[in-house]
Amino acid sequence: MANFNLKINGKTQQLDVDPTTPILWVLRDHLKLVGTKYGCGISQCGACTIHLGDNAVRSCQLPVSAVGNQDITTIEGLSENGDHPVQKAWLEEDVYQCGYCQAGQIMNASAFLKKNPNPTDEEIEGAMNGNICRCGTYIRIKKAIKTAANTKTV
Amino acid sequence: MTKIVTHYNRRSFIKVSAAAGGGMLIGFSWLNGCKSNTPEPEAGVAVPKEWFEINGYIKIGDTGMVTIYSPNPEIGQNVRTSMPMIVAEELDVPWENVLVEQAPLNTGWYQNQFAGGSLSIRLSWNALRMAGATGRRMLMEAAAKEWGLKVSDLTASEGVIKEINGERTITYGEVASKAVGIEVPKEVELKSIKDFKLIGTSVKNVDGEKIVTGKPLFGLDFHRDGMQLAMIQHPPAFGMTVKDFNEAEIKSMPGVKDAFIVDTTVEEPGGFDEKGFKQLIAIVGESTWQLMQAKKALKANWETTGELESSELHVKRLEKALASGEVQESRRDGNPEAAFKKAAKIIERTYSAPFIAHNTLEPMNFFANVTEDSAELIGPTQTPEALEGSVSKLLNLPLEKVTVNMTRIGGGFGRRLYVHFGVEAAAISKKIGGPVKLIYSREDDMTQGTYRPTYRSVYKAGLDENNNLISFSVKGAGLPEGPVFPNRFPAGAVENYLAEKIKAPTNVTTGAWRAPRSNFTAGAEQAFLDEVAEAAGKDPIDFRLELFDRAIKDPVGEKHEYEAERYAGVLKLVKEKANWGTTKPNVHRGVAAYFCHSTYVAEVFDIVMDKGQLIVQKVWCAVDCGIVVNRDAAENMIQGGVIDGVGHSMYSQLTFENGAPNQMNFDKYQLIRHSQAPKEIEVFFVENEIDPTGLGEPGLPPAIGALANALYKATGQRYYNQPFMTEKQVVG
Ligand code: FES
Ligand code: FES
Repeated sequence: MANFNLKINGKTQQLDVDPTTPILWVLRDHLKLVGTKYGCGISQCGACTIHLGDNAVRSCQLPVSAVGNQDITTIEGLSENGDHPVQKAWLEEDVYQCGYCQAGQIMNASAFLKKNPNPTDEEIEGAMNGNICRCGTYIRIKKAIKTAANTKTV
Repeated sequence: MTKIVTHYNRRSFIKVSAAAGGGMLIGFSWLNGCKSNTPEPEAGVAVPKEWFEINGYIKIGDTGMVTIYSPNPEIGQNVRTSMPMIVAEELDVPWENVLVEQAPLNTGWYQNQFAGGSLSIRLSWNALRMAGATGRRMLMEAAAKEWGLKVSDLTASEGVIKEINGERTITYGEVASKAVGIEVPKEVELKSIKDFKLIGTSVKNVDGEKIVTGKPLFGLDFHRDGMQLAMIQHPPAFGMTVKDFNEAEIKSMPGVKDAFIVDTTVEEPGGFDEKGFKQLIAIVGESTWQLMQAKKALKANWETTGELESSELHVKRLEKALASGEVQESRRDGNPEAAFKKAAKIIERTYSAPFIAHNTLEPMNFFANVTEDSAELIGPTQTPEALEGSVSKLLNLPLEKVTVNMTRIGGGFGRRLYVHFGVEAAAISKKIGGPVKLIYSREDDMTQGTYRPTYRSVYKAGLDENNNLISFSVKGAGLPEGPVFPNRFPAGAVENYLAEKIKAPTNVTTGAWRAPRSNFTAGAEQAFLDEVAEAAGKDPIDFRLELFDRAIKDPVGEKHEYEAERYAGVLKLVKEKANWGTTKPNVHRGVAAYFCHSTYVAEVFDIVMDKGQLIVQKVWCAVDCGIVVNRDAAENMIQGGVIDGVGHSMYSQLTFENGAPNQMNFDKYQLIRHSQAPKEIEVFFVENEIDPTGLGEPGLPPAIGALANALYKATGQRYYNQPFMTEKQVVG
């Protein structure tokens, strides 16, 4: 066990955990931030995507000891009131079916749009290919990303 | 207006006051803290001080806010929005004033509380309409009593009751307290379909805001103070059981509270008790990561008690079954053998598909809290009633001592019809004497079984010298069940017809997988008919329409399961919408139509091949599911079905060696991804006033046939064996 000070969604959190624990389980089990989902545990599905600084990363393969003082943002901290342009676009397009993959999709899409505010379809597909939606909402996800891009406030 | 007698469904309308303590309000307090259970600012109604239960589906607040209980499990098919919409339509309240809550399992109030067979809306359509209409009627009676008038002197709309020949109005909120005392009417009037205001529109998913903000919704998100976590380890192969394991070592690991072998055998198991392994190693502790580490450190002795099967063995068994297997079900019209002898042309083809896993993105999990004399279960189940029954048997508790609450479910596809993970949670909770949440890893989930069976079918057609289809036969085998529906199309459309369904044994466990058997049969049959149409020199749509024409005018045999007019209807609609018959350079087209789960779907695929890689440019879908309840959500379901069909027929398979699947996670098990999904899917509904039927499954099956037919056009090669990426002409 070891002590860590993590900056999560703008707050500093003190923890005493096994240093190999992936951030996914720190969030879900220790901090009860369960918006970040477990899907595969091996960086294959994207359900666990969070932001480390400005980058989208897979939290299931990121040990707590590797984070240092970088800022972590989870779906719960993406916006104050659920009004990030990507979240709004998701609501507008009524994207989800079961909804389980969508936090990961939104976190990946929001980091991507920050780097590439006007993506082509191919760029969207390339950036989002690591996020599985078992229900098959891919067309709506792409549409929502374009809707968000068009609001130009990402 | 349609009059409908309420009594056959009377149990739903027992007044809540009369059934106090019955459990209606014990539901989900863990969700009540969340924002969207309080009204949205634009809702225009304030939070009520007092709520009044009108019936098992409806609660009205003194401000006019309405809570509608959604009875069925939500697996992504959107019933948590569409079922309350139906109640709200008949109750006649503004949708902005409606809050939706998940009802717990309550067989006294609700019927058919399960999610399977695309049946939620179809089976509950009348009950939901009745619930709303009954509520409306009781509110009107209360107002009539208040004013000394007759109900016929009043109208009710948008949550307000008005006097027809006067000025007085009263809102539902104002009169709700009085409606509670009104006797449940024996008969109520339902709206005319043409008067629907809400049904047929597009209403946004009621959980949308919670989903995009990451609120706890799913079983895996459930938390109760004091609960432990548990993980299981099942034997590595079908045909193996656990003997013992390094218990002392595991128990001494950090964060591990307990470790033991748990037996989850249920006496007289029902269909939903199907499971891969009954004895499991269970590890209990504080955190998932520590449990995962403990699982890695397991050293278990497994015992081989059955045959360790391989994919080669499976193929051999299917071939043998087709040659000499036991027929489960069959149909014969005319004399197919004699007709084949007379035929000018015979086409015979064999189709196959592998075992596949459901792979819901949320792995199996369940919360259980078992005490001496009760069991409480909370989690993702498609069949709460079956779970209640199995837990009651496992623990030897009377049914009324077992409660089941449903969370939102991160994907179903049939996987969570099977209740073993809830039963396992109960067994573990009993052993440790406290509340526990069982969590499967992805590997546990993918290797546990309950798979879509593997199939192999032989189709044969005979054409006469004028290219008329005079004989048709299908013989299909599966492990363990054959993929043949003897009374479906083309039964009724061919003079000489034979269908035989054959079973064969396996110790790999299987279960219903989205559109069971149809998910294979549609692809095989529709690809075969495409080939037959080509051999007959006919356009594939015209060829099918000719067959439907025969089934309409002069059906063959005793009965068939489909309505040929509606079947032909979706084909004609898709033909028109896709401009069938036109061509674009390098774009290749395929068509298919299929009927299952009481819904008709026809699809046209436009594909291009880019260096051997499939790109589905556009899909047109024509759907006849009767009345469409929630239009945009219905489109979403069909789009998801198409993508699922493309994904699994192109890319997914489980292969076996020594009794174990070779694929354990998404690194080896390929699921369709963003770049492989169709670029566009347009959905058209046949407009009619037929009672609504299901949408969760019917979009998937025809996609496989239409894709196979388009792939043929693109590559000159027919696709007989799924997944199609294993064929040389395409790249996975
Ligand atoms: S859970 Fe991390 S990528 Fe799947
Ligand atoms: S909405 Fe179900 S996995 Fe994406």
